[in-house]
Amino acid sequence: MTTISRGPAASGRTVSHSTASAHQPVRRRPRRPTKSNLLTLAMCALLVYFLFPLFWLTIAATKNTGDLFSTFGLWFGNDFSLFTNIGQTFTHNGGEYTRWMANTLVYAAVSAVGASALATFAGYGFARYTFRGRGPLLGLVLGTIMVPTTALAIPTYLLFSQAGLVNTPWAIILPSLVSPFGLFLMWVYARDAVSDSVLEAARIDGAGELAIFFRVVLRSLAPGFVTVLLFTLVATWNNYFLPLIMLNDPSYYPITVGLSSWSAQAVGGNGSNADLLALVVTGSLLSVLPLIAAFLMLQRYWQSGLSAGAVKE
Amino acid sequence: MTTSTATARAAAPASPRRAGRSTTTGHHAYLFVAPFLVCFVLLFLLPLAYAAYLSLFKDQLVGGTVFVGLDNYTRALQDSLLLHGVLRVGLFFLIQVPVMMLIALVAALAIDSGLLRASRVFRLGLFVPYAVPSVVAALMWGYLYGPDFGPLAQLGDRLGFTAPNLLGDTWMLASLGNIVTWEFAGYNMIILYAALRSVPAERYEAAAVDGAGAWRIAWHLKLPALRPALLLCLIFSVIGSFQLFAEPNLVQRLAPTVVNSSYTPNVYAYSLAFTSQQVNYAAAVSFLLGFVILVVSYVMLFLTSRGSRR
Repeated sequence: MTTISRGPAASGRTVSHSTASAHQPVRRRPRRPTKSNLLTLAMCALLVYFLFPLFWLTIAATKNTGDLFSTFGLWFGNDFSLFTNIGQTFTHNGGEYTRWMANTLVYAAVSAVGASALATFAGYGFARYTFRGRGPLLGLVLGTIMVPTTALAIPTYLLFSQAGLVNTPWAIILPSLVSPFGLFLMWVYARDAVSDSVLEAARIDGAGELAIFFRVVLRSLAPGFVTVLLFTLVATWNNYFLPLIMLNDPSYYPITVGLSSWSAQAVGGNGSNADLLALVVTGSLLSVLPLIAAFLMLQRYWQSGLSAGAVKE
Repeated sequence: MTTSTATARAAAPASPRRAGRSTTTGHHAYLFVAPFLVCFVLLFLLPLAYAAYLSLFKDQLVGGTVFVGLDNYTRALQDSLLLHGVLRVGLFFLIQVPVMMLIALVAALAIDSGLLRASRVFRLGLFVPYAVPSVVAALMWGYLYGPDFGPLAQLGDRLGFTAPNLLGDTWMLASLGNIVTWEFAGYNMIILYAALRSVPAERYEAAAVDGAGAWRIAWHLKLPALRPALLLCLIFSVIGSFQLFAEPNLVQRLAPTVVNSSYTPNVYAYSLAFTSQQVNYAAAVSFLLGFVILVVSYVMLFLTSRGSRR
């Protein structure tokens, strides 16, 4: 990864800085003597566009509902209400936001771990063994990557309502366990990241297939696993359509459906409901932070995992 | 990639038995693939099959549920509400996706070019919106667009001009397109950037030695290397556009007369199933929508693979 060059690097005399990237293991870039100010400036404009709504959201979360309407959106209001807002968000209506947050964590964690475990097992199985029906089965699964999840949601709802699973946490978790794209990613990854000779050596040592998988293979599949984990985590965390149709009981809501129901109450609401607007804004901000933190902390993994999936097809 | 641990252990003497993995007995493989496949059948194929079955029936006021064959499908094909929804997301796809891909591509090339200062900041900053749930993104932008406390309308008030009504009929589709672009441009950028990183640097070095500038390297070397990744992004965008739901569903509250209950095919299927209780018809609409997406995806695949042979 390119290192940030510091110092008075206005002109083209910044050659010495690029040596800082010498220890980077991924790959060395040819030394580029000049940095472009124009390009950096243009990208800054793009960055402003992408961060502007979040900047607004952060500012808005420090305001009470009155200030939201009466003061300018891109700067602080008369009162600094951030902590009041946070407190009220978590306690409003018997603490239902706290409950939604917990629900979301559980749904996302269970789905993500389950989906990436299934995809890792199966991806390794498809990549490393020959067995009867391998080609057609793999083709069948990969062919469904293009089946959109929302086209599947209503059919799943119809089936689950027959099975009595509607309006339970299982209605959210079970459909999230199957990720054809996750399988694709792990299949590609297992083909490349596990070397034949390692497997053979382990077999000669008399290790069982499962033992080989857990002791030898799993470690080299870790970046792929984390990639699938993160992306299923995001998919479940952000899921809206499925929980919206599956759940009636607000105590099962994930944060997306909960925020949506609050915003529906806040829109055009007078009296007590108008105050909800500040809570929708603060709740939105709070719901975004965990995922951003997860992505920043785990970026080393998902970036290398992604490059495997993006290049080979 | 972190294969170093694996290759370090590979120092063990190579077995004389060739192709060890292909002679391994099959039932171990089933152990690995069975859990996924069982879930796949139960949670993927079975719902589709059940919905396909349901779509052949009709719930009538008189006579209850009766078998009607393909009536639901012929009805859907003549349903102007559905047709307009499909055309609308088709238009959305044709405009929004190129804009988004262009932003993603330019950003990925710029970050990879080595010409940027602080390129890490840009890479992460552009990707951040992907971690924002579409519900939150739609709420945020909805408020930003809005006439009450949106900054644009506020600026207009102070400076004495009337801001365009971004939630009105004229601007709505563009406003939604902006939300989706904001959410996913960074995600596509990261996929493209990851693909760029995995091209061996020697190829660029050789070109640079030959005197090729950054622009020529980007155009002649990097762009062709990005083909598979671009295709992947494109296919995901087809799916994303045609199943548009969360954004219109949330913006609907701010502009109920503009975003009606058949604004996109998915919004329509939702209102069919849960507002007007026409479950059988909704199943047929879901199927047709899935079918449209498959067809468009395969057409894209076909077009791009034909282009590569030239």
